[in-house]
Amino acid sequence: MNTGAPEKSRLLPAYVAFYFLFLYLPILLLPVFSFNNAAATTFPLAGFTTKWYVSLWGNGEMLTAAVNSLIVGVCVSVLSTLLGICAARAITRYRFRGRRAANGLIMAPLFLPEIIVAVSLLMVVLAAGMELSLATIILGQTVFCLPYCMSVLTAGFEGFDRSLEEASLDLGETAFGTFRRVTLPVVAPAILSSLLVSFTISLDEFILAFFLSGTEPTLPVYIWGQLRFAAKLPSVLALGTIMLLISILLLTIAEVVRRRAERRYATGGYAHA
Amino acid sequence: MPDTPMIAIDRVSKFYGIYNALSDVSLNIGAGEFFALLGPSGCGKTTLLRSIAGFDNPSSGDIRIDGHSAIGVPPNLRPTNMVFQSYAIFPHLNVEENVAYGLKRLKLGADEERRRVGAALEQVRLGHLGKRRGHELSGGQRQRVALARALVLRPKVLLLDEPLSALDKKLREEMQVELRSLQRAVGITFVLVTHDQYEALALSDRIAVMFGGRIAQVATPKEIYQHPRTKSVADFLGGMNFLSGRTLGQTASGLTVETEKFGTLTLSLPEERIEVGARATVGIRPERLRLLWDDARAPHELTGKVVNRAYFGETTHLLVGVEGLEKPLSMIETNTHGADDLPIGADIRLAYDPEAFVLLADDPPVERLN
Repeated sequence: MNTGAPEKSRLLPAYVAFYFLFLYLPILLLPVFSFNNAAATTFPLAGFTTKWYVSLWGNGEMLTAAVNSLIVGVCVSVLSTLLGICAARAITRYRFRGRRAANGLIMAPLFLPEIIVAVSLLMVVLAAGMELSLATIILGQTVFCLPYCMSVLTAGFEGFDRSLEEASLDLGETAFGTFRRVTLPVVAPAILSSLLVSFTISLDEFILAFFLSGTEPTLPVYIWGQLRFAAKLPSVLALGTIMLLISILLLTIAEVVRRRAERRYATGGYAHA
Repeated sequence: MPDTPMIAIDRVSKFYGIYNALSDVSLNIGAGEFFALLGPSGCGKTTLLRSIAGFDNPSSGDIRIDGHSAIGVPPNLRPTNMVFQSYAIFPHLNVEENVAYGLKRLKLGADEERRRVGAALEQVRLGHLGKRRGHELSGGQRQRVALARALVLRPKVLLLDEPLSALDKKLREEMQVELRSLQRAVGITFVLVTHDQYEALALSDRIAVMFGGRIAQVATPKEIYQHPRTKSVADFLGGMNFLSGRTLGQTASGLTVETEKFGTLTLSLPEERIEVGARATVGIRPERLRLLWDDARAPHELTGKVVNRAYFGETTHLLVGVEGLEKPLSMIETNTHGADDLPIGADIRLAYDPEAFVLLADDPPVERLN
């Protein structure tokens, strides 16, 4: 019997449609209710308003949290990208004992339960007698972001042909000039991509920030605090919408940069005429 | 060859840990010479080339370029430029910028720089592609960019690391012709590393064949093909029928060697010492054996049976079993008489010229661990 095939082909699109609906409908509700002129997030909608967005602007607590997030995000992205550059260069360039193990251990936080990582970091930080502050959040999130930076950077560095640097030296350039004129421009897309990805992750990271923040909340921690007050929900939705847009924007830029670089190097070495 | 060599390699050895990549290599390469370093992978040819370029430093010995010792001189200060196996075209720069890369440091002024870049691109027939990026070029075009980028600096020596290995066969043959005429046009020393014996034979004025970190023989292509000194050299440079014999004695014209089916041959002496009365290996190239058709006669003949046959278009390769010989003889016939139609098992007669045999020395043992 041959009836299986057409049935399958009808079921599959339905399944995919349902999957995407389930994934994205809640997220789409976020902006919808953020423009809704009512405190309750229920249908039918009560009319269009931008007052929740306006109210954010006068909210000092929220603005402080946003500044905190910005500080943490910039520090985390710079730190984890710097560490990632060193590790990725070592792993792509050199063959050494324990190379695979080192790579695995750097990537592991990606798969560890984040709450466990957060609790253990908290224990260490407290045992070390450190005050919980933005610095401790930065520390925790750097560890957490490093694997993401590493995967972006190793992919970028893997396409880097060692002989490019040799060619530059051979053509009369000094070691420093080679770094400036060849190494940096060639790996720049991967570095930029790594900065953007880690900034985005830091921006909406909650668990580590929650455990490791003292009296200075980041935006996600602030949002979580606001959820206790039903009346504040619409402005949280407005804030969430803004964060969503920033995340999408940054990740899109990162991906565009990464792909352009990839296309450039895809045929970088050997090719057929 | 002029009196002072362009490159003088003097007892150079290179160790990686206890691994001996080059052992006691000495070699002179003349100004304006097209020189090939030929050998299988791992023979040390690339290490030697990279030592000339300055990317590897010899553990001992001296390398002089144009009379000056290059030991300790970094690659950017040597009068050599290199064409890399991967071409190493800078992906973030276009063709013109790639070619101008080394000129930038010379501060020639925009006009002179543009003129020299243009001339270099014309020389490799890429004048129309100056604005393209590396990934928009074919393999052959990329190689030309690499050539122009190196030659524009007017080096004394151009080093080429397997420059044709990434190209397909047809393009490779075209580029061989082009490389050769380019070298004649610019007149500087080219040092080519290759594992392709035909490339080395077709391109170079002289070839150094390397095995196991040592130079086995240095000679012109014709000399090295027709008079290889050792079994390995003979084997690496194409097909060779090896026959065992015994040296009988020495005459004014050379050594006399008794062979099993080819009688007593008088062969010129190789440089390596061969004891009289000892076992010796002689060789004859497959194309020096000739099929005798119908009633044709030759002063030196042998009979055999076709054991195997392979068709190569313009030629047919035959394996001919001869009674009394351990291994069948390999021979190459052009397909003008119908060698491609000989059935397996056919009885044939073949002719040979006793002058075509060479006496081959045994290879020195390869010791690579120190």
